[in-house]
Amino acid sequence: MNTHAAFIELKDASVDFPVYNATSLSLKNRVLSAVTGGKIDRQHDGTVVIKGLQSITLKIGPGERVGLVGHNGAGKTTLLRVLSGIYHPTHGQANIVGECVSLINISLGIDPEATGRENIRLRAVMMGMRPAQINLRIEEIIDFTGLGDFIDMPFRTYSTGMQMRLAFAVSTAVHPQILVMDEWLSTGDEEFKQRAERRMKEVVSAAQILILASHSRELLLTNCNRLIWLEHGQVRMDGKAEDIAKSYFGH
Amino acid sequence: MTTPLLTHIAVAWGDVRAALQHHHIITTLGWQDVATRYRRSRVGAFWLTINILVMIATLGFVFGTLFRQPMAEMLPYLAIGLIIWGFLTTLVNEGCTSFITAQETILQVRMPLFTHVMRVLWRNTIILGHNLLILPPLFLLFMKPLTPLALWALPGFMLLILNAAWIMLALAVACARFRDLTQIAQNGVQVMFYVTPIIWSAALLPAHAGTALLDFNPFYHLINIVRAPLLGEAPSTLNWTVAALMALIGWVVALAFFGRYHKRIPYWL
Repeated sequence: MNTHAAFIELKDASVDFPVYNATSLSLKNRVLSAVTGGKIDRQHDGTVVIKGLQSITLKIGPGERVGLVGHNGAGKTTLLRVLSGIYHPTHGQANIVGECVSLINISLGIDPEATGRENIRLRAVMMGMRPAQINLRIEEIIDFTGLGDFIDMPFRTYSTGMQMRLAFAVSTAVHPQILVMDEWLSTGDEEFKQRAERRMKEVVSAAQILILASHSRELLLTNCNRLIWLEHGQVRMDGKAEDIAKSYFGH
Repeated sequence: MTTPLLTHIAVAWGDVRAALQHHHIITTLGWQDVATRYRRSRVGAFWLTINILVMIATLGFVFGTLFRQPMAEMLPYLAIGLIIWGFLTTLVNEGCTSFITAQETILQVRMPLFTHVMRVLWRNTIILGHNLLILPPLFLLFMKPLTPLALWALPGFMLLILNAAWIMLALAVACARFRDLTQIAQNGVQVMFYVTPIIWSAALLPAHAGTALLDFNPFYHLINIVRAPLLGEAPSTLNWTVAALMALIGWVVALAFFGRYHKRIPYWL
């Protein structure tokens, strides 16, 4: 296990998004436009560059619980991807130290035809667990799902609630140094919800850095000590959770 | 000029090495893909074997008659060729889309990108294992003996895989950016099938046409280093040299290319 402190630093980081339409994704059109020359090229080559993020500079150290706010399209998802090391900024630098797990889509990698048990292994591998670790934890994960004998049935036979339980149980089985979430995970019936809430709290408190994008004021204020307000791909405000929440939510 | 090139290669090599170090991801996901084929059908991955078997029987009958070749020689030759070719074709075709199909994973989980290419390679190697089961009964049927020379098929196979891997990597990068390249690559492979001695044998070519069709065809060399030893013949020095040089140069070029666009790939998906 990695024991040194997790750390995130962005220096003047910008992300330009090339938007490729069918024209520019096609090699044939590329070649043809090279032959036909410049003028038509500009009209036909539909590459539009969207500035996803613009010169963002920030540091996030261990112990910080960072909330991301902003309207739809403000660049929250893009920033989450930069912070988890998936997008490398097109300009500027991003330095991310520490293992990072994102709980954005907890059903990622699940195969509906496979059994619950097989899916736990699949999902766990995706979460970065080693086979030895998986063998050690699998019984505990199965216990947590409360699925009983259903664990050896194909995933597609599960009810939606059961599917969520399984995905939740594996996804929260690892304790990453950096935890990235898009909205809080809450799931299932009352009984499961309470256990899930407890487990969520455990994972969050074990993480050195939490990054949580959310639209809920209450959620952000209970979990975060710092808020970053994004607007048009830029940081509009960055500071103590209470202060920013007052400006952003307006009360 | 050399420094950026070396940096690209270093970035790419770092990715490839990390993918191989975390080989449990590759094997788990690759097995899963094969297992999926068995879930809804008992025959599972053997359906492909049945397909190839039908191909061998049909082509063997048609071309054996056409070229007046004895079945005892024609069928083993054809079977090995078709099995290897099937393996190569699928690798190229699925290699093209290996990043595109892993889109969701790439956008959410930070793992080496080469993992997705290796997953395709591993899955198809398992399927190849199914198809190889055709050979022993076929060899028994025609009483064709395996000579000690057959052991050379192993290094041959390694070299084949090594070449397939860089081709897949380069195609995966290029096809993520230019989506229609997938069709172009698939067409290319289809054409290669006819100009490579698989259903016909090199001995049938007129001497002068032969050199151009064979020596300049990389696939011929790749197939021959596996097929010839199994049939009890030694591949030529030229076969080995071309295959080895191709692996070496191909990997350097593919790494430079992959490293150059490594950061851009998630944006293309």
